[in-house]
Amino acid sequence: MNAIRVRGLTKAYKGHQAVAGVDLDVARGEVFAVLGPNGAGKTTTVEILEAHRNRDGGEVSVLGVDPAKADRAWRARLGIVLQSANDAANLTVNEAVRHYAKYYADPRDPDEVIELVGLADKAKSRAGTLSGGQRRRLDVALGIIGRPELVFLDEPTTGFDPEARRQFWGLIKNLAAEGTTILLTTHYLDEAEALADRVAVLAGGRIVAEGTPQNLGGRAHAEATVRWSDDRGRREIRTHEPTKVIAELARHGELAELTVTRPSLEDVYLELIA
Amino acid sequence: MTTVTARTAALPGTLRIGLARGATELREFFRQKESLIFTVSLPGILMLLLGTVYVKSPAQGQMFAASMIGAGIISTSFVGLGVSVVADREDGTLKRLRGTPMPLTSYFLGKVVLVFVSSLFEAALLLVVAMVRFDIELPATADKWLTFAWVFLLGVVSCSLLGVAISAISSSTRSASGVLNLPYIVLQFLSGVFIMQSALPDSLRTVGSLFPLKWVCQGFRSVFAPDDGYAVMEAAGSWELGRIALVLAAWTIAGLILVTRTFRWTTKTS
Repeated sequence: MNAIRVRGLTKAYKGHQAVAGVDLDVARGEVFAVLGPNGAGKTTTVEILEAHRNRDGGEVSVLGVDPAKADRAWRARLGIVLQSANDAANLTVNEAVRHYAKYYADPRDPDEVIELVGLADKAKSRAGTLSGGQRRRLDVALGIIGRPELVFLDEPTTGFDPEARRQFWGLIKNLAAEGTTILLTTHYLDEAEALADRVAVLAGGRIVAEGTPQNLGGRAHAEATVRWSDDRGRREIRTHEPTKVIAELARHGELAELTVTRPSLEDVYLELIA
Repeated sequence: MTTVTARTAALPGTLRIGLARGATELREFFRQKESLIFTVSLPGILMLLLGTVYVKSPAQGQMFAASMIGAGIISTSFVGLGVSVVADREDGTLKRLRGTPMPLTSYFLGKVVLVFVSSLFEAALLLVVAMVRFDIELPATADKWLTFAWVFLLGVVSCSLLGVAISAISSSTRSASGVLNLPYIVLQFLSGVFIMQSALPDSLRTVGSLFPLKWVCQGFRSVFAPDDGYAVMEAAGSWELGRIALVLAAWTIAGLILVTRTFRWTTKTS
């Protein structure tokens, strides 16, 4: 059974169709990224899956349960990391994690979780004094304290500096390695490429492409571009057989500034949402 | 699948989570300067200021302190709790809680703990000020303390529910504070806190008598009055303890219905 199965999901706000027929399958243990521009329907879709929002139509099953019939037992199996939060500002990291552990039957060890998210040296600091990146790691700690089977991360690294982002990716990879299913929404293509087993691109409330980051939108089969320089200046050939082209060219000697590129995930993505 | 059932069965109980929430609410409350100064200390400070102006005799002191305790617990319950629920909606606390297996009842149990403890602190501080500065005497008999206890309980519970219900119409803590303080301040004038109700025109007295504050204050005056002869100063000429219980119980039920109808987890509609 898939962790998430969605068929024909729709949701409108005051005449605006935010989600217009989304189908989605996320296997257990998979890291799945939903990409898309602002207003594409990412957050609405995720919030329906989390039972934070009602849907207008379609079938949804999350861990075998329809979120519209969510109960405590089901919520105990999910971990939700909110897009932005500044709650619990007057509690220390330690206190907040320990408090949330009390809601669950079989929580993780709070100290281990704090260690896992890299906040051990901030355990005695008030949540309100943490930096943006530290705060998001606390949010992850609160999201995973109940030993969830499925974790939702909504744009988790927005506003991070590059180093904080790399650290955060490491944390998510650790979680995935433990077998946790992860559904992640993001603006960042490098993030999807680094973390996700599969990605879906959402635009205008619909899934416009789905696949592994390597194959998305036919990327793996797209023409490669071979570039080099010679006495006639910069040269460029687009081809399905770059190896053959290079072998051919190399017979005339060393090729200056040789590169072979395929469309980046970004190129494919921009094409898809255009 | 058996592991899932086992975990379901073992989810902590509503009461246990409620008490854990209460402990955490209190911890957060007492770490906020605003709540310490405004909610807990303000009635004591007002007692000191207004008492210095108005109180000319020990008996007046007794009656004024009683009314101020009434006003004070409405401040911690009606205003304080209403604002705190809006704050929980604004800063994401409620949204986060909704994604956990915490029952909504536990959330409200936590708020009940918060309101009772903060109200007790506030009332105790006010009484200490009144005892030190105005030589107030505490009630001597057990049945006066019993009256104190049930008026306190019904007053706090009914006004907490009304505060939460009214807070549903505000989207931010700033607007909530206005929405809740306006009726609270107006009612203090109509309920015999700052001005004796018998000095008010009939129409204003009737308006004041519709709301819980008047009845809570009257109940506390019956507890702190030097003797029961002072009941003649009330609008009805008696303490009306039965009616106090009835009005506050009615507001509690009305508040409960309003809360269950109007409570929202988030500021946005879904």
